[in-house]
Amino acid sequence: MIKLDPPSDGLSNEIKERSGINFNACMHCKTCANCCPFLEGMDFAPNAVLRLVQLGQEKTALECSTIWICVGCNTCCSFCPMAIDIPAVMDGLRHKAIETGAKIAEPDVLSFHNEVLNTVKKYGRTHKLEIMMRYKLKKMNLLDDMGLGLTMLKKRKLDLTPSKVKDKKAIGKIFKNE
Amino acid sequence: MNNTQHKPGKLIFSFFPGCSLKASGHENTMSLLKFCQKVNVELKELDDWNCCGSSSAHSINHDIARHLPMRNISLVPRGVPLLIACPSCFIRMKSTYLSIKNSASLKKEYEEQWGQPFDEELEIIHFFEIFSRINIDDFIDNAQEKLKKLKVAPYYGCMLSMPPDLRFEKSYYGVMEQTLGQLGADMVPFGYGTQCCGTYLSVAKPALAQTVVNKIVSGAMEAGAECMVTACAMCHLNLEIRCTIKNPIPTLHFSELLSLALGEEDQKKWFPRHIVDPRPLLKKKGLIAS
Repeated sequence: MIKLDPPSDGLSNEIKERSGINFNACMHCKTCANCCPFLEGMDFAPNAVLRLVQLGQEKTALECSTIWICVGCNTCCSFCPMAIDIPAVMDGLRHKAIETGAKIAEPDVLSFHNEVLNTVKKYGRTHKLEIMMRYKLKKMNLLDDMGLGLTMLKKRKLDLTPSKVKDKKAIGKIFKNE
Repeated sequence: MNNTQHKPGKLIFSFFPGCSLKASGHENTMSLLKFCQKVNVELKELDDWNCCGSSSAHSINHDIARHLPMRNISLVPRGVPLLIACPSCFIRMKSTYLSIKNSASLKKEYEEQWGQPFDEELEIIHFFEIFSRINIDDFIDNAQEKLKKLKVAPYYGCMLSMPPDLRFEKSYYGVMEQTLGQLGADMVPFGYGTQCCGTYLSVAKPALAQTVVNKIVSGAMEAGAECMVTACAMCHLNLEIRCTIKNPIPTLHFSELLSLALGEEDQKKWFPRHIVDPRPLLKKKGLIAS
């Protein structure tokens, strides 16, 4: 038996509160790990992340790549025999990682999310071309995928101008704390 | 429905296209609208709708993830069901709607923020629900001959996977097989039809997305499919841009195949927008004029 000294359910309770999910029902059957399409890009299987949280291993849980690689496709939680909303737990961990300034294992993923929300804040809708340009500029690798970008422009997969919401005030209200 | 009295049989919906359909999957939107016209379904675009928050909002900001769908819900006219074409937007909107419905404090927050009473009766449905409400055979003769045994692998991606709070939603497993089969396609089952396409990992982790996409496309090819069909504009884009297999089979939007089968002539506007050109295959099968 592993004895935790001091016993810590602080993290577990906090993530439960943030996500609204009781993941202590997890019996580690690994169904989530077996059906996750992106397991090979993760350093911990989804159930292992739940275990880290249960054991109060805060630093490891917040700094793992899994919480960023999970795209929330809901495959795991639709198969989970205990109906645990695992992607919602990942959301809770990401939010805490950002708030506490933890080391972000996949900064590219976070940078992408930030660029998406930037365009939603500006226009009320996403603007793919701007997201891609700003994301690539930040990464300093405009040339990577340049050919693909040109193909997408040629095939008119990337609109040049954004589609916008008229009621800017309403969008401002949603982003008031940002 | 009261508003169907004047035009018997017509189904009327508020329509939420979402950013993917509105701004990159134009061929998806165009063919979807044409299909709906053909089957007497009227879609009225939700006035001034905003992004549902997509994967990014819930990933990094809980409040914004809640408020973006809330505003959309507040815009829907009373008594008209809201139809959503994008599977991911559907989950975001429906999940937010149900959480407001089940929480007095969220209801209060909603009503204070958006200045109107919460609509307890609002029906939010995915596009696939249409097929429970119409019968394609009512709109076309000799349906069985339309798609000329085109071998199609149905790709649902993550759309059939519902989070636990939506586990009592209707499952649309088999809708594409049933509908396209009825229109004369030869549906090809394959192993990766319900595996996620990788969504934004195709930007942030392209190598990982590529592995997943190649597995999906080669799975369909090994099963003997001549093309794939998707129900999501995002999946469609990923399958096209991250596939590195030599000579991959083309991927069509479900709405394109439906419209094509129903005799819509507008395809000249849709197919040139595909990165993997489906026209040689469709010509060979006699589905479009050469």
